[in-house]
Amino acid sequence: MRKQSLFHISKRDTLPLGKALLIRGGILLLALVFCGLVTTLLTGQNPISVYGTILSGAFGTSRRIGVTARSVAILLGISLAVTPAFKMRFWNIGAEGQTLIGCLATTACMITLEDKLPNAALIIVSLIAALLAGALWGFLPAFFKAKWNTNETLFTLMMNYIAMQLASFFIIVWEVPKGAGKIGIINQSTRAGWLPEIGNAYMLPILIVAIMTGFMYIYLTYSKHGYEIAVVGESQRTASYAGIKVDRVIIRTMVLSGALCALMGFLLTSGVDHTLTTTIVDSRGFTAVMVSWMSKFNPFIMIASSLLLVTMDRGASEVASALSLNHSFADILTGIILFFIIATEFFITYKVTLRKNSKKEA
Amino acid sequence: MENKCAIKMENITKRFGSVVANNAINMELREGEILSLLGENGSGKTTLMNMLSGIYFPDEGQIYIHDKPVTIASPKDAFDLGIGMIHQHFKLVDLFTATENIILGLEGKLDLNNARKKVQEICDRYGFDIDPDMKIYDMSVSQKQTVEIVKVLYRGADILILDEPTAVLTPQETEKLFAVMRNMKADGKSLIIITHKLHEVLEVSDRVAVLRKGEYIGDVMTKDADQQSLTDMMVGHSVTLNIDRPMPVNVTPRLKLEGLTVFDELGVKRLDNVSFTINAGEVLGVAGVAGSGQRELLESIAGLYPITSGSVTFYPPEGDTPQEMAGKDPMDIRRAGIAMSFVPEDRLGMGLVGSMGMTGNMMLRSWRKGKGVFLNRKDPEALAQRIWQELEVVTPSTNFPVRRMSGGNVQKVLVGREIAQQPSVLMTAYAVRGLDINTSYTIYNLLTEQKMKGVAVVYVGEDLDVLLELCDRIVVLCGGQVSGVVDARTTNKLEVGALMTRVGGGAAENA
Repeated sequence: MRKQSLFHISKRDTLPLGKALLIRGGILLLALVFCGLVTTLLTGQNPISVYGTILSGAFGTSRRIGVTARSVAILLGISLAVTPAFKMRFWNIGAEGQTLIGCLATTACMITLEDKLPNAALIIVSLIAALLAGALWGFLPAFFKAKWNTNETLFTLMMNYIAMQLASFFIIVWEVPKGAGKIGIINQSTRAGWLPEIGNAYMLPILIVAIMTGFMYIYLTYSKHGYEIAVVGESQRTASYAGIKVDRVIIRTMVLSGALCALMGFLLTSGVDHTLTTTIVDSRGFTAVMVSWMSKFNPFIMIASSLLLVTMDRGASEVASALSLNHSFADILTGIILFFIIATEFFITYKVTLRKNSKKEA
Repeated sequence: MENKCAIKMENITKRFGSVVANNAINMELREGEILSLLGENGSGKTTLMNMLSGIYFPDEGQIYIHDKPVTIASPKDAFDLGIGMIHQHFKLVDLFTATENIILGLEGKLDLNNARKKVQEICDRYGFDIDPDMKIYDMSVSQKQTVEIVKVLYRGADILILDEPTAVLTPQETEKLFAVMRNMKADGKSLIIITHKLHEVLEVSDRVAVLRKGEYIGDVMTKDADQQSLTDMMVGHSVTLNIDRPMPVNVTPRLKLEGLTVFDELGVKRLDNVSFTINAGEVLGVAGVAGSGQRELLESIAGLYPITSGSVTFYPPEGDTPQEMAGKDPMDIRRAGIAMSFVPEDRLGMGLVGSMGMTGNMMLRSWRKGKGVFLNRKDPEALAQRIWQELEVVTPSTNFPVRRMSGGNVQKVLVGREIAQQPSVLMTAYAVRGLDINTSYTIYNLLTEQKMKGVAVVYVGEDLDVLLELCDRIVVLCGGQVSGVVDARTTNKLEVGALMTRVGGGAAENA
């Protein structure tokens, strides 16, 4: 007699929201306990103190809270930017390049126009340049997709490298001092093109992204554009049937995505780091993809997801120095937690039952 | 019981989420018999058979093959047990010959000559009419089906399951298939034929097993059954098979097609010089073997398919000047004030958005009407509420994703929305496919109601009985050409069936 599989997997009805939340919360707790176990086994450290260190690394001082909040804002901003494209099932993995090209355009304006424009005008010109550059980075793959059905995943990925190479090239052109291979802080003495501070160094980016979050929620939920995006994402044939011009929606949405990524790039260069490096975006263009999907394209859930990832990342540095563990250790913990979160979805969608010993020998 | 059981299913249950597709089914197939598995669409016939062919695995229950308990966990297991299933959708490589397709995937040394001989032998033995060296792309639908049957016989199947084999065949081809089935039976094979066409059941099978809503209702010997008794078993109560068909009034031309010709993406001609008139106040049926250009016809009219040459002229009900529709996309057509509704064949892939609820789907037709950049959700919500009640759609709320509704309810949402547009032309493609008899009648009545309101109704259908009872005139398509236009009240199935296979035809329009 052939053996039967031990488990039986079947699809379950939609769980009530409360129960689903309960499962998610429980799994998160389980993940933390499991991480603690791993920590003790691998390092001999007390897991509580590791968690404590992570939290104090992220929120320990008011400066840390500020930096963490601002990092959350930038990651959240890029996640919001990629969301319309993903909702349209356009696999845009080019957020990294779209953001970087925004940084590059901003840098170009700040360096070349430093003494030619009053500060306010310089900031506005930089912003417009960044938005246009990002829009172009979004437009190109969308246009080729709409006209000739090229593969957008490869196209957007390649655009990342182009942005990266352009950035490397111009870093050498503008390097300070000559031969340093880097730009350093731009306009350090004049602060030309630097975004003004509101209250403190962290507030402005946070405010901008907060507004963006509200805007994106309304745009996706209540606007005609949002509806068009949802229909195109579900089925292009349905969209044509409803009189939606699919090509136009694809291009328009990617232009928006690219421009919003570049807006984050503008914030990074003009408001946060005041420099340009090839790693300034720090893979947040890719992390954003995960944030967007993990949050099921809901801008408000994205706040929580970004917070979780940034906290773990910021805490990692602290763990590394305070407990003299490798920086990668916090990455391992992040990985475990993400694994649990993503696995939860499986258990929310499917029911797994142990197969009863059904066969009695005849 | 004089015969041994080829298949015995004991307490077989299969669930998909909360839907019980099969509930504790006990069924048997005796050796050397033809069993009809009868049931409305959605009654669980295909699910049950898929468990025999290893595609699904039962949640509960036990299957016995030739009285031995077995576990069928994969199509390979089924095949090792001698079970061969012929699906509705063929899986053949177009560029290969019949023989090459038949031996595709078999292990062992490749010996085409030997294989060809063996294929020829099988064909001769059962009376199959195919050439082993013919390429699949040269074959008709019925020949392709034959290749599928020979394929499972070649692999040594002695239990054959045919899933709605006659859906794609003309009446003449169906006759041939039945003859072959009888030959196989005489050779000791056991067969199950899934169908919902009663006359076929009576004609070909020895015994009929009836499923209804996932339950096994019972079985009868075919010689003791008739159409009425089987219908009663299938539906659960007596229904009349007559569709109410009032005489059309105020028939005026609404759409004139002239020399319509279209090509698909690969450059294959899909419609060839199609000309006919669609009248207001009439239900115009479109008949044809699957893939004769029905989809292309409707989509061309709706502005969703590029028209190479020819014209589609719209005659407005108010008697204004006629308008040309060819070259317009759906939005242009709407803007030109032409109220056209279209119930496409692919409901969830074209007519509806599966992940949205009823309200979101109502918006497909009205999303442009909101103020400025924002959507108007109020009117669609009200419309959704109205359709929910009037058509008795079963759904927990107007925001419940339509993908998770049953087929009949999905279709009610779609048809309800399209009729609510107050169309002057209403086109429907396979409007009752997959629906139970009650819902089908709801749809027929809705269409007839529209016809009496002076709407030009187009009904593309596959069931000739329904076409003959519902429509006023029938256009028959064959290979992208109009092979005839007939009066549905005076024609009969044989005439339409003959037209379905005759290219050109040459019958004059008699409108």
